[in-house]
Amino acid sequence: MDLTALLLSRLQFAFTVSFHIIFPSFTIGLAAWLAVLEALHLWTGRPAYRLVFEFWLKIFGVAFGLGVVSGIVLAFEFGTNWSELSRMSGPIQGPLLTYETFTAFALEASFFGVLLFGRSRVPPWFYLFSTAMVALGTMFSAYWIMVNNSWMQVPVGYAVEKGQFVPNDWAAILLSPVVWVRFPHMLLAAFLTGAFCIAATGAWYLLRGMCQTEARIMLRMGLYLAAVLLPVQLVFGHLNGDYVHDHQPAKFAAIEGRWHDEQPASEVLIALPDPEAETNRYQIAIPVLGSVVGSMSFTSNEVGLTSFPPDQRPPVLIPFFTFRIMVGCWLIMTFAAWVGSYLIQEQRVERSRALLWLIFLCFPLPFIATLTGWFTAEVGRQPWTVYGVLRTADAMTPFLTTRAAAVSLVVFCVIYAVIFSFGTFYIYWLLRVGPVESLVLPPVAAVPNRPMSVVDEHPLTPTTRHIAAGE
Amino acid sequence: MIMFWVAILAISILLYVLLDGFDLGIGILFGLTGDEARRRAMMTAVAPVWDGNETWLVAAGVILWGAFPVVYATLLSAFYLPLLLMLAGLILRGVAFEYRYKTERLRWVWDAGFAGGSLVAAFIQGMTVGALVEELPIANGQYIGGEFGWFSPFAVLCGIGLCLGDTLLGACWLVKKCETELRDAAYRLIPYLAVGLLAFLIVVFAYALAEDLRVIGRWLERPYLFIFPAFGVIAALVAAKSVRSRWDGVPFYMVALIFAAAFGTLAISFWPYMIPFSITIEEAAAPHSSLAFMFWGAGLFIFPLMLLYTAISYTVFRGKLRSTADHY
Repeated sequence: MDLTALLLSRLQFAFTVSFHIIFPSFTIGLAAWLAVLEALHLWTGRPAYRLVFEFWLKIFGVAFGLGVVSGIVLAFEFGTNWSELSRMSGPIQGPLLTYETFTAFALEASFFGVLLFGRSRVPPWFYLFSTAMVALGTMFSAYWIMVNNSWMQVPVGYAVEKGQFVPNDWAAILLSPVVWVRFPHMLLAAFLTGAFCIAATGAWYLLRGMCQTEARIMLRMGLYLAAVLLPVQLVFGHLNGDYVHDHQPAKFAAIEGRWHDEQPASEVLIALPDPEAETNRYQIAIPVLGSVVGSMSFTSNEVGLTSFPPDQRPPVLIPFFTFRIMVGCWLIMTFAAWVGSYLIQEQRVERSRALLWLIFLCFPLPFIATLTGWFTAEVGRQPWTVYGVLRTADAMTPFLTTRAAAVSLVVFCVIYAVIFSFGTFYIYWLLRVGPVESLVLPPVAAVPNRPMSVVDEHPLTPTTRHIAAGE
Repeated sequence: MIMFWVAILAISILLYVLLDGFDLGIGILFGLTGDEARRRAMMTAVAPVWDGNETWLVAAGVILWGAFPVVYATLLSAFYLPLLLMLAGLILRGVAFEYRYKTERLRWVWDAGFAGGSLVAAFIQGMTVGALVEELPIANGQYIGGEFGWFSPFAVLCGIGLCLGDTLLGACWLVKKCETELRDAAYRLIPYLAVGLLAFLIVVFAYALAEDLRVIGRWLERPYLFIFPAFGVIAALVAAKSVRSRWDGVPFYMVALIFAAAFGTLAISFWPYMIPFSITIEEAAAPHSSLAFMFWGAGLFIFPLMLLYTAISYTVFRGKLRSTADHY
C-alpha cells in the first residue's frame, strides 16, 4: 500500500468529480427552465420567451457538452484507481451506473436532437414534450448518481459473499430514505444554480442597459424561483443533517465541531478547530441549540469526536468549514432573492443598482454551495469509501504506484485546465453578447450528438431567420 | 442471464470498434493533410456521429462494471497509464470538433489535439488487445505486472496494426461519404493501407507461431474457428474488387466485415475466458441479482432503444455530403 498514491488518487478523484459536477448542476436546472420557458411560449405566444429559450439553449449545449466529456473520465476512474472498490461493489454500483448511462443516452441525447432540429419539423406540443424529456433525462441521471452515492454513504440491501457486496434487496437500495432526502437536496441545488445564473445574467444586462425585455424575464423568473426554493432547500438540508446524525455520527460531530460528548449540547457557529489539541479555538457557540439541531430536544446527549477511536474519525477542518461556507452562501442568496423579489413586486428593482450588482455577483454562489456541500458529504465520510464496511485505503488499486498516480493527476489537471478555460471563456462570450442579436435557427451542422455545435453560425445558407426582440 | 450480458457487451464493443474505428481513422488521416478544405470535409464527414460513437465506449465500460466487475477492476487497473493516455486523447479530439472553429490563431492546437488524440487512442486500443492475446501477468486473479506489465513488442505491433486498420476504415468512410477530390485521394490511399494491414497480419501470425502463444493452440484444437478468417478473406476480395471498380458504398462495409471477423476470431479463441487464460466468464460474472436487475430495464428495453437511435441517426445522415468544402 502506497500512501502517497492513495493521497494522489483521492486528489485526482476529487478534482475530476468536482470539475464534472459544475456542469450537470448547471444543466439540470437549465433544462427544467427551458421546459418552463417553452411552455410559457406556447401558452402566451410572447416572442420574448422564445428568444430567451433559444438563447439559453445555446448555453445549455456548451455546458452539456463539457459535462459529457468530463463524465467519461469518471466511468473509468473507478476501475483504474479504485479497483478494489469496483471489484467489491461492482454488483451494486455497476448496474446503477449502467442505468445512468443508458437513460442519459436514451432520453437526453435523443430528445436533445429534437430540440436542435425539430422546431420546424415536429408539432409544437411534441417540441414541448421533447424539452420536458430532456429535463426529465437530466433528473433521472441525477437520481441514479444519488442512489449510487447514497449507497456508499449508507449501504443497504446487500450481503457480503465471496468478498463482494451482493445486492439482495434492490427496492431497499433504490428507495432508501437517505436517497429521498439527498436526491431532492441535489435537485434543488441544481435548480437554484440555474435560477441564480439566469437571474444574474438578467441583472447584468439591466446594469448594461441591454436586452431589457429579456433581462426582466430572466431576473423575475430566476429570482422568484430562488426565493421559493431557498426555504425548501433549508428544510431538505436539515433532513440531510438528520440522516448524518443517525447514520454517520462521526461525520456529524466533525461538521458540528464537537470534540466531546455534551448534554445538552451547544451549537458551534464559528471556530477554528484544532485537531492536535482536540478542541476549538476562537469559538462562538450557542448553548442548548446543538441538541435542538441534532435531536429536536433540549436535553439530548450529543456525541463528540473523541468518542470515536482516532482511526474512525473523519478529518475535521474540511467538513467543518465547507459546511459553513455552504450555509453562508445560502444566507447571501436568500437575502438577494427575497429583497430582489420584493423590489420587483414594488417595481423598484431596476432603480436599485446596488441590488442588481449583488444579484449579478451572486452567480458563483450556488456553484460554491454545491461543491462545498459535496466536500462536506464526501470528506466527512472518510476514512470510509463505503461507510462502515470498506475503508478508502482498502478501496484503492493495491499495486498503484506514486509515479503512475502523479502522472495521471498532472495530465488531468493540465487537460481540464485547458478545455475548461476555453469553454468558460466561450460561455462568457455567449452570455456577453446576449439574446438581442438575432434568432438563429439551428445550423445544418448541428446534430443531436454534437451539442456544442448548436452555437455555430451558418453564414452560407439562408436559414437564418430574424425575429424581433421584445414585443 | 450471463450469456445475455456477454452478448450485449460483445455488441457494444464491436459497435464501438467499428464506429469509433472509422472516426479515429479519419482523425489520423486529418493529421496527414495540411489542406484546410480537406480538413473541413473530413471533420464534416464524422461530426454528426462521433459523439454517439464514443458513447458505446462508455456503455461498454459500465456494462463491464455491472455485469463483470472482476474484469472491469482487473483490466482497468492493469492498463492504468495506457487508459489515461487514451482518455486524454479522446477528450482532446472530442473538444477539437467544436473548438477549432472558434479560433483562428490557436486552431493548430486543436488540430494537433484532434490528429494526435485519434492516433494515440487507436494505438492504445490495439495495444491493449495485443497485451491480452499475449496474456497479462496475473496470479490468483490479481494483476502483478506493475506499471508496464502490458508492454511488449507484440502489443506495440498490435497497436500499429489497429492504427492501420482504423485508417483504412476511415479512408473507406471518406470514399462512401465524400465526392470528387477527397474521395479520389482516399481511393489512392486504400491500396497502401490494405497492403500494410496484410503485412501486419502476416507478421503477427508469424510472431504468434514463433512465440508459441496459447491462442495458436486453441486454433489447432478447434479447426472450425477458421470460418471467421474465411469470411475475412472473402470480404477482403470483395473490397479489392469494389475499390478497383469504384463502387463507393461497398469498401466500408467490407472492411467493417473484416473487423467483425477479426473480433469474432479473437472472442471465440478466448472462449470461455474473458481475460485470456486466467479469468473465465463464469468467474467474472456479477451475481444473478445484479444481472437480473440490469436485464429487466436496461437490457430488455433501453438497449434496443439505443440501437434504434443509433440506426436512426445514421439514416438521417446517410448519403454523400454535399459541397463538402464550404461546410460550416
